[in-house]
Amino acid sequence: MTKQQKPIRPVLNESGIAIKPLYTEEDVAASGGYAMLGKPGEFPYTRGIHPLMYRERPWTMRQYAGFGNPVDTNKRFKFLVENGQTGLNVAFDLPTQIGLDSDDPLAEGEVGRVGMAIDSLRDFEIAFDGIDLDRITVSLTINGAAAILIAMYLAMAEKRGYDLKRLRGTAQNDILKEFIGRGTWIYPVRPSIKLVADTIEYCAQHAPKYSPVSICGYHIRESGANPVQEMAYAFCIGKAYIRECVARGLSVDDFANRLSFNFNVFGNIFEQVCKFRAGRSLWAKVVKEAGAKDPESMVMRMIAGGGGGGLTQEQPEINIVRGAYYALISALSGAQTMALCCFDEAYTIPTEYAQRISLRTMQLLIEEMGLCETVDPLGGSFYVETMTNQMRTKMDEIMAEIEAQGGIVDLVAQGIVQSRVSQQAYDMQKAIEEGRFPKLGVNRYRMDEEEKKVEFHPYREEDAALQRKSLDRVRAERDQAAAAKALARLEADAKANRNVMPAIMEAVKAYATVGEMTRCMVGVFGRYQEPIRF
Amino acid sequence: MSQRKIRVLIAKPGLDGHDQGAKVVVRALMDAGFEVIYTGLRQTPEQVAAAARDEDVDVIGLSSLAGSHLPFCKRLAGLIRENKLADKTWLVGGNIPAHDHDALKALGVHGIFATGAKFTDIAAFIRERVKP
Repeated sequence: MTKQQKPIRPVLNESGIAIKPLYTEEDVAASGGYAMLGKPGEFPYTRGIHPLMYRERPWTMRQYAGFGNPVDTNKRFKFLVENGQTGLNVAFDLPTQIGLDSDDPLAEGEVGRVGMAIDSLRDFEIAFDGIDLDRITVSLTINGAAAILIAMYLAMAEKRGYDLKRLRGTAQNDILKEFIGRGTWIYPVRPSIKLVADTIEYCAQHAPKYSPVSICGYHIRESGANPVQEMAYAFCIGKAYIRECVARGLSVDDFANRLSFNFNVFGNIFEQVCKFRAGRSLWAKVVKEAGAKDPESMVMRMIAGGGGGGLTQEQPEINIVRGAYYALISALSGAQTMALCCFDEAYTIPTEYAQRISLRTMQLLIEEMGLCETVDPLGGSFYVETMTNQMRTKMDEIMAEIEAQGGIVDLVAQGIVQSRVSQQAYDMQKAIEEGRFPKLGVNRYRMDEEEKKVEFHPYREEDAALQRKSLDRVRAERDQAAAAKALARLEADAKANRNVMPAIMEAVKAYATVGEMTRCMVGVFGRYQEPIRF
Repeated sequence: MSQRKIRVLIAKPGLDGHDQGAKVVVRALMDAGFEVIYTGLRQTPEQVAAAARDEDVDVIGLSSLAGSHLPFCKRLAGLIRENKLADKTWLVGGNIPAHDHDALKALGVHGIFATGAKFTDIAAFIRERVKP
């Protein structure tokens, strides 16, 4: 008599793909085989963008940091560098992110709160004082005001004697995702994309090693997208920037090698790893089809490790463990840079204590756990190869669907993408509330707990007051005529639809403020009106 | 005759761009049978008070995740008095640490629904306080 087989409960991953209890060679073959596998460092880069990956150099460790005024932030930067961090990832306060000076009435209560306040070049000089910009690469998490802040970074580096032709660094500068999630937009959609292209073009000519854009699937995922949508939307956005640059006469190979990505890692471990392996080969194909000849243009470089949406306020210590898995996922996925979410991030901006734990988590993987010895260690697993193929197919389908619906730019301008992801976020939240989607501490293993274990990063109004004082001093001491002349040029260039970066560089060097330059461009470009759609 | 639906204003105060939570609550309250008005991002206290008055809402709900809820609510509390909106149910949600709850309640906030609060609890709280 044969044993009665129990029916196996079907399981779908978040991307909607059925997960089998066992994978074999036949599953790999049925999903497309090894056609897109290749070798690490070679097209289509499924296994990684470098032949030796971490064997040659571990990922850059770049925790997100910044608060108060530039003096406070400079101290935190030095603390992180002393603790072995190899890059900086700069957090700006909300007024800076949306182009307001620290003394703007709308900035009240927000100066220096979620990041460092920046008003003028003077603040950049203070924030990066004593940081070796050759050894420590700096990433600026700035979007709406990115053109101005990139110019400040370049001007600061130039003033300190660095050669812009060799200067490395990154700006987030992905405005399309700001309209979908995160919300630090300033100008309407079209001029916002023009500004992104201005920075790409300017950097291609003057700072060719600088990465002016880091395209973010991250926040789209945080806003409710599933893993395959996260990648597909990001690639559509990347394509939109490429089109904008090509339309003004740049060749894809002039700039595509400086585009990079920022992705999320919470969720099923294998699904995330396959997502990145699939994503690399799809992006390579997209850039090739856009006309790239240089293989360097086709590589999907990425920062990963963050997964705010996966962290919980409940039982916050468990977030340390989640963070360790996020780091593991990122390492197994071949990330170039890691920025781990800190365990206290569901509450507050991270303390030094929390930052150090995140840093040590990554250092553990590098130095104790053997994550750097072998390239793409999960490559060849029947499960991983099958899922990689299936996810690539799905991403490709989503991209085609978006194109057929008019393209990502129009869908974002009309608020359609926003509405779609927020519907999914709602569905997910319901699934969590009803216990259908497990979340430890939230709908499983709940405990009665006091909010006690997390130390809060203090917000000090005095730091904001100091920042306003320093801004007054900059405005009083600068060459007024030079600042006024530069702002007039910025307005003229914006009106004439010229690349505004040279004018912004001039204005920045004349110590014009973030608020002054933004008002000048809002006068020409207008302000974004948020489409509300449910 | 159908009863008038309870009207809820959901606003994003200040400069914080994290609107996923606000939008999710909007959908949940709509599904629960409320009439919901969503302001979108970057509302000043003046705009929130004006919207509450002009839309004749029963509930004013703020969603704050970037830490500036106290200074914002201090300013809004004055405007609520000035605009005679003190009879409205005032809710605050989002990333609201427990050590700020007393200060918010002292300003006149009726209900605090920090991250992790359930839709059903929010809806029940409103129905308990507001009789259409």
